[in-house]
Amino acid sequence: MKTDKRKALLGMVLIGVALAVLPFLVGKGLGNSWVRVLDFALLYVMLALGLNIVVGFAGLLDLGYIAFYAVGAYLYALLASPHFGIHWPAWAILPFGAMVAAFFGILLGAPVLRLRGDYLAIVTLGFGEIIRIFINNLNAPVNITNGPQGISQIDPVRILNTPLSKPLDIFGLGVPSVYLYYYLFLLLALLVVFVSIRLEDSRIGRAWVAIREDEIAAKACGIDTRNVKLLAFAMGATFGGIAGGLFAAFQEFVSPESFGLMESIMVLCMVVLGGMGHIPGVILGGLLLAILPEALRHGAVPMQQAAFGKVLLDPESLRMLLFGLALIAVMLYRPAGLWPEARRKRELARPSPQPPSRGRG
Amino acid sequence: MDTFIQQIINGLVLGSIYALVALGYTMVYGILGLINFAHGEVVMIGALTALTVIKLLANSGLPGVVVVLLGLLAAIPACMALGFTIERVAYRPLRHAPRLAPLITAIGVSIVLQQLAMIFWGRSYHAFPPILPASGRDIGGAHIMDLQIVIVLLAAAIMAGLMLLINKTRLGRAMRATAENPQIAGLMGVNINAIISATFLIGSALAAVAGVMVSANYSIAHYHMGFILGLKAFTAAVLGGIGNLPGAMLGGVLLGLIESLGAGYVGDLTGGFLGSHYQDVFAFFVLILVLVFRPSGLMGEKVSERA
Repeated sequence: MKTDKRKALLGMVLIGVALAVLPFLVGKGLGNSWVRVLDFALLYVMLALGLNIVVGFAGLLDLGYIAFYAVGAYLYALLASPHFGIHWPAWAILPFGAMVAAFFGILLGAPVLRLRGDYLAIVTLGFGEIIRIFINNLNAPVNITNGPQGISQIDPVRILNTPLSKPLDIFGLGVPSVYLYYYLFLLLALLVVFVSIRLEDSRIGRAWVAIREDEIAAKACGIDTRNVKLLAFAMGATFGGIAGGLFAAFQEFVSPESFGLMESIMVLCMVVLGGMGHIPGVILGGLLLAILPEALRHGAVPMQQAAFGKVLLDPESLRMLLFGLALIAVMLYRPAGLWPEARRKRELARPSPQPPSRGRG
Repeated sequence: MDTFIQQIINGLVLGSIYALVALGYTMVYGILGLINFAHGEVVMIGALTALTVIKLLANSGLPGVVVVLLGLLAAIPACMALGFTIERVAYRPLRHAPRLAPLITAIGVSIVLQQLAMIFWGRSYHAFPPILPASGRDIGGAHIMDLQIVIVLLAAAIMAGLMLLINKTRLGRAMRATAENPQIAGLMGVNINAIISATFLIGSALAAVAGVMVSANYSIAHYHMGFILGLKAFTAAVLGGIGNLPGAMLGGVLLGLIESLGAGYVGDLTGGFLGSHYQDVFAFFVLILVLVFRPSGLMGEKVSERA
C-alpha cells in the first residue's frame, strides 16, 4: 500500500517534470509554432472535458457546445479591448465569463430538459447556430460584436502586471509568449481535469451517470433529474466559457468564424473518439484531434506532391474527411471509443442473455 | 400589400421544398426512430448531380424543360443509390445500438458527403444555367414566376402520389405496419429490411426532386447547401409532428411561410433593429418553441417519452 502511494507520487512527479519541460523540447526540436499547437491542444482538452460532462457523464448529446466557448471568448473580447474601451483584468473576466456561460447553459438547458437523444441534439445545434448568427449580425444598428470582422487588439492575460504576450526575461533566458501561455493553460487544464475527476466520483457525478443509463430508474431512486441535468449543462458551459476567454486572450482576436458548427462537432469527436465518460480517454481524444490535423497539414501536402505531383486534397478538407470517417468507423467497430472506461468495456465484453446490443452510448 | 402577397408566394415555394425534404426525415423517423442527419446532404448531391447534367446539355439545343427533366432523371437514381448505401453502411449495423450511436454515424456520413462533394464539385457556387423560360405573371402587385407555380404544383402532386402509395398499396401497408411495430410486422411476413431500404429509396428520390427545385428556384447550388436546408426541413417535420406524413407537409409549408414573412417584416416589427439576414434564426426559434410547448408537433401523437 505504501509503495503504491510512493509509486503514484513518483509517477506524478515524473509526469509533472515531463509536462514542464515539454515546450522547451518541442520548441527546440520542431519550432515554436508547435508549442502554439500544444497551447491549442490544451484549450481543446478543456473544451472536451467540459463537453464530456454533458455528453459523457449525463448522456445528453449537445451539438451546440461551441456556443459557450463563443460566449466566453466574446465576453472577454468586449471587456478587455479598445472596442468599447473597457480594460478589465483577465482574472476578473474569466470567472465572470464562466458564470455568464453557465447562465447560458441553464438558458439552453431549461427548455430542452424534457427532450432526449436526437431531439436534444437538434435543439442544441439550433441554439449554437442562433448564437453564431447573432454574433455575426449584432453590428448594426448598435455595434456590439463588430459583426463578421470580429474584435481585435484584445488584451493579453497579465500576471503581476507582466503581459503573457511578450517574451519574459528570466535570468537572461528569453521565454517566448507561447511558452508562457502553455504553462497558464496547463495549470488551468489540470484544474479542469481535477474538477472533472472529483465531480465524477461525487454524488452529482453518480447521479449524472444514473441518468445516462436510465432516466426513469434514476428518478425512481430519488434523483432530482431536472436540477441535476441543468447542473450538467451549467458545469459543461462553465468549462467552455473559461476556455473561450483564454482563447480570446491568447489569439488577441475573435471572429464568428471560430465558432461554427464544425467546431462543435470537432469537440464532440474528441469526446466520442477518446471514450465518452472516461476522463483519460477524453484527454487523449482532445490531444490527438488537436495535434493530428497539424501533423497532417505539415505531412499531407508534401506527400501528395511527391505522390501525384500536385495537391489533390487540401489539408482542411482532408481533416474533415478523416473526422467523418473516424466517427463512422469508431461507432461501428469501437463504440466505446479508443480508450474506454473499464466498466464500460466489461459491459461490452460480457455475454448477455439478451439480444446482443452493440455498444452503449 | 404587394410585399405581403409576394412573401406569401415565396413562402409557399420554399415551403413546398421543405415539405418534400421533411417527408424524407419523417418517413425514416417513423420507421426507425432515427434522425437521418445525412438527408440534407442527399438533397445537395441531388442538386449538384442534376446541375452537372444540365450544364452538359445546356448548349445541346434541347428545350430547357427537357434538359431539366433529364437532370432530374439523373439525380433521382443517384440519390436513391446514395440513400440505400447510407442506410446499409451507417445505420443497419447499429440498429440495436443505443440511439446515440446511429446519430453520431449520421453526423459522420454528413461530413464525409459534404467533403466528397467539395472535392468533386469544388468550393465555388454553381450557377443554374438560364435555360428555363423566365416568364411570369403579375397578381395583386406581386410577380409570380411560372417556375414557382410549377414547383408548388409538382410538389403537391408528388405528395398526393406518396399519400396514395402509403395508404393504398401493399408496400404502403407494409411500411405502416413496420412503423407501428417492426417485430410484429416481421412476424406477419413483412420483410423489414426491404421495407426500410424502400423507405430510404423513396425519401432519397424526394430529396433529389427537392434539390433540383431549390437550385432551379435560387439559380444556385453548392456543396454546403444541404446542411441548413436539412436542418430546416427537420424543423418542419418536428413542427408538423415527426413520423406523421401530412404533418411534414403542413409543417414544411408553415415553416416556409413563417420564414419568408418573418424575413419580410422583421425589420418593420423591430424598428430596424433586426434585419432580414436573421431569416435563418426563425426556423430555430420555431423549433425550440414547438419542442417546448408542443413536442408532439401540430399533428403528431405524444412522442416526448420516447427515449
